[in-house]
Amino acid sequence: MTKTPTNWTSRDDAAVEHMIRRGASRRELLKMLMASGVAVAAGGTLLSHATAAVAATPTTGGTLKAAGWSSSTADTLDPAKATLSTDYVRCCAYYNRLTFLGGDGNVQMELADSIESDDAQTWTIKLKPGVQFHDGKTLSADDVVYSMNRHLDPAVGSKANSLAKQMAEISKVDDLTVKIVLAEPNADLPTILSLHHFMIVADGTTDFTTANGTGAFKSEVFEPGVRSIGVRNDNYFKPQGAYLDSFEFFAIPDNNARVNALLSGDIQLAAAVNPRSLRMVEGNDAVRTSISTAGNYTNLNIRLDVAPGEQMDFVEGMKSLINREAIQKSVLRGLAEIGNDQPVSSANRYHNPNLAPRDFDPEKAKFHFEKAGLLGVEIPMVASDAAGSSVDMATVVQQAGAEIGMNLTVDRVPSDGYWSNYWLKSPVHFGNINPRPTPDILFSLLYASDAPWNESHYKSEKFDKMMIEARGALDEEKRTAMYWEMQEMVANEAGTIIPAYISNVDAVTSKLGGLEANPLGGMMGYAFAEYVWLDA
Amino acid sequence: MTRSLLPYILVAQRLGIAFVTLIIVSFAVFFATAMLPGDVAEILLGQAATPEAVAGLREAMGLNEPALSRFVHWLLGLAQGDMGTSYVNNMEVAELIGGRLLNSLRLAGVVTLVSVPVALTLGICAAMWRGSIFDRLVSLLTISVVSVPEFMVATLAVLVFAVWLGWLPALSYGVELDSWSAMLRAYAMPVISLSLVVSAQMIRMSRAAVIETINTPYVEMALLKGASLSRMVLRHALPNALGPIANAVALSLSYLVGGVIIVETIFNYPGVAKLMVDAVSTRDLPLIQSCAMIFCVSYLSLITLADLIAILSNPRLR
Repeated sequence: MTKTPTNWTSRDDAAVEHMIRRGASRRELLKMLMASGVAVAAGGTLLSHATAAVAATPTTGGTLKAAGWSSSTADTLDPAKATLSTDYVRCCAYYNRLTFLGGDGNVQMELADSIESDDAQTWTIKLKPGVQFHDGKTLSADDVVYSMNRHLDPAVGSKANSLAKQMAEISKVDDLTVKIVLAEPNADLPTILSLHHFMIVADGTTDFTTANGTGAFKSEVFEPGVRSIGVRNDNYFKPQGAYLDSFEFFAIPDNNARVNALLSGDIQLAAAVNPRSLRMVEGNDAVRTSISTAGNYTNLNIRLDVAPGEQMDFVEGMKSLINREAIQKSVLRGLAEIGNDQPVSSANRYHNPNLAPRDFDPEKAKFHFEKAGLLGVEIPMVASDAAGSSVDMATVVQQAGAEIGMNLTVDRVPSDGYWSNYWLKSPVHFGNINPRPTPDILFSLLYASDAPWNESHYKSEKFDKMMIEARGALDEEKRTAMYWEMQEMVANEAGTIIPAYISNVDAVTSKLGGLEANPLGGMMGYAFAEYVWLDA
Repeated sequence: MTRSLLPYILVAQRLGIAFVTLIIVSFAVFFATAMLPGDVAEILLGQAATPEAVAGLREAMGLNEPALSRFVHWLLGLAQGDMGTSYVNNMEVAELIGGRLLNSLRLAGVVTLVSVPVALTLGICAAMWRGSIFDRLVSLLTISVVSVPEFMVATLAVLVFAVWLGWLPALSYGVELDSWSAMLRAYAMPVISLSLVVSAQMIRMSRAAVIETINTPYVEMALLKGASLSRMVLRHALPNALGPIANAVALSLSYLVGGVIIVETIFNYPGVAKLMVDAVSTRDLPLIQSCAMIFCVSYLSLITLADLIAILSNPRLR
């Protein structure tokens, strides 16, 4: 490794690896490295290093200890109620979904053999035969019908209730066939079914003190707020079952404690490491990072229905005043992609790459603020630790404003109660949105005129109409074109400023293989347990 | 006759006051919880809390009953030994608390065993040789330890002993406790961090209490009669200083059940302090109340015990 540049860190290794997985060719990679000043000879060495990591051969056996960042007495084994990363990790290990999203963002079949529809409204789902639950029961259409119907029962408290509401009829055709009729056409159903909440449980299950699923692991220990242990299911339906004998998952909420536990070898995976502690990880050969950008973002919302946002000039001014590059580089320490004010990130196959982010242009901002007569008027921006990094972002905006004579203040409020008391309510405030797998979910949740979380109170009839049309379109090309146009509308007309899509960084021991980025979130879309292995 | 009954009356009074305090605290906690924004149904649904979903879940969980009547129900249940069921995961509160309370008590017990003898010895010795180099050294150390926050002590300890030296595990729970040495290794860092925090207070208080009694005329008399230094302090001064010392020890130790959230977080140790934080953040009323009762009971029993020691060790009250 004499040819490695001196400032080369494991983070760069991870970035190269990430690009290879995304399908970048060797030529593209070398071009990228040349652009960052790495000599061609050294570049070759680095590439072989990263490709080796991608192509490693799995080994079987061993126990993995992994730590997430939050866990509480609200931990659950009920997929419908899953809330936190710990719940998702457990659900992915113990249950299966009908479909799942691969690393490239495309839908793949899991318990389903096929999902088909002619009109995007009536869907026929064929199940794989011979799949068994942990208790020995064979998977049948009844289990799927029961699992789907649970989301419609308010007593269950399903987190996916609003997504499930569109399923007007869920019925069994024969033992291995289920028919789902939607209230309105929706071509995204296969993607929606890949969400963690739509894991399949056995017909009639009401007791979730243990997990009776079809997944690659069986639940052995489950102590809410303490830990979970899963052991390999030798009767798994996929020919290549889990590599690990067992895994243990718990939470270490304190970031430093989590990193320390990884460095001391007590755990092998530390999820969602704060960029601040990356230097500790990078200086150590025994650990490496895995970076994925799934589309989580912290955004600045300006309500368009009250002052000062009812003047479009204020919104335009703010869009030019926000220094995206400074936010990406200094607030998020480079672990982010610059955003272009619309919620569909580049991890999504419908992302519009032609929509350029606005430039940082204080003069233009000043022009708009002057036009709106707001220069010098005190305008508070509500920020909180509840919306990650928002306080730092607000400070960046505030300082840029001060230089052109704009009196923006940072109103920092407590995390507890932020979502019910300030979010969606204050005229200028920050929000934080988790990744969603389809543009339709994002748009209907956040931008439709009747959207429950219409952060900027954006209203457009044209947008609403396009959204419904695109939802039912089975023609991919037409659909993509519509989604691209809608992204432009949101970026130009709505009052939500999305400066960057935040990357998730997991730190793992160098012995851990098989961990890949996934559009559903960090830790391989929370499904790592089934796919990773530990080198001896 | 009446004179010999006096301590019993005093003890009964203390116990009665403790019981009333418990009831008052439980109401205070209830009203404080009721003032928090959001209820358990909204928090459970989180970002999926549409009005109809919240209404449905409230109905299903029986939350439509007024909060006060649910609280009174819980209180009546508690009187019969039933702590109720957690709203959040439908487990018995007793079951949720059981294992973790045991963890907390175990940690508190070990810390007590380590810190109390060390602290009392150091405090009394410092008082005996007041003004000496030893006394000044102890004072300096205790003040420095009191001034450094425990998260700093704990994090530094992990960095040094687990990451750099690799002697001890960074986590205290989840490591295999198959042998004595493994258990010692797992408990070493949390016990040291906590002992540092609680002993400093005890050392200073016991030193002050002993010095105060040493300054009284009767101890001076003992010295004039030719009693050795150790006899003067241990036989004559200490019994009279016992009351204040017991109170200082009780106050320091009461912190070990509910107040160790930082140490529990850093060493990933599942105790009741973290459980209480979980309960508050999910607005899980039965669990909040039960945890609050446990903290209150442990605090009150320690303080009452200290009072009893003070009463019984005081010949004027005996």
